[in-house]
Amino acid sequence: MNLKPKVGVVSCSGECCALGTLSRVATRLVLEELRPYQTVTLCLPLFLAGEEGEHTFAKEYPTIAVDGCGKLCARKAIARFSKEPVDGVDVEALLKEWRVKPPKDRRVLNDDGIELARRLAKLLAEKVDAVQGAA
Amino acid sequence: MGKPVLVIPCSGIGKPFGSIARDATFRVCDDLRPEKADTLCLSLIVMGDEEAREKVASSRCITVDGCPLACSHNNVARSGGNIAAEFRVMDLLRENRGLRPRAVTFLDEDGEKLSKMLGDRIAAKVDELSEGSR
Repeated sequence: MNLKPKVGVVSCSGECCALGTLSRVATRLVLEELRPYQTVTLCLPLFLAGEEGEHTFAKEYPTIAVDGCGKLCARKAIARFSKEPVDGVDVEALLKEWRVKPPKDRRVLNDDGIELARRLAKLLAEKVDAVQGAA
Repeated sequence: MGKPVLVIPCSGIGKPFGSIARDATFRVCDDLRPEKADTLCLSLIVMGDEEAREKVASSRCITVDGCPLACSHNNVARSGGNIAAEFRVMDLLRENRGLRPRAVTFLDEDGEKLSKMLGDRIAAKVDELSEGSR
């Protein structure tokens, strides 16, 4: 039997803006709906604060960083405390590429925001598949 | 008007409690007390971003934690933050044993109720701190 390693999808906390909300919601959609058996997530500040179990996970398993803005907190944190994430998304840059405006409300995403989160989640799920396919 | 009070939630993503902490924070900063309260990304503080650290050191902070690991409180304290008050979703849950939030991504009815209660308490604390600084 060929067991594929679980993939950690790690979102920035991103409370400053709606891009963080988009990152978190897309991450949760991957975990809950699109790839529930293939993925796990980590609380970024817990990871940053030096929680041993979470550091070990990111050292031993592949991770995908989901960052709301160009500060790339998730990507940098994983690289600093464990090892380079195998892939990542800068949501701010991605939305520019997609020519889509970010949602306005950071507390509750409206229908367009949820649709955008689903589009982002689909992309993340494809990345999970690619990582597992390469494993 | 003085500097806004910084309300900093933990960034819990695995359980409903982190979502409630964050949702309550956004209620305060965006709806209830937009002139008096602001928030910051906890990750940015923990990553050592200079501007973020300077902000927590020079403002009165309220930490809001979802779980007993208290990531917000511990990390803001470790970054030299000036913590004026702390809230824990767990305390609210103990007072409201009938409420059982389950959803993480989009809060369910019980999660919304807890977020609203917590938001009101944080807003009252923001008022108290703002009054005290006049």
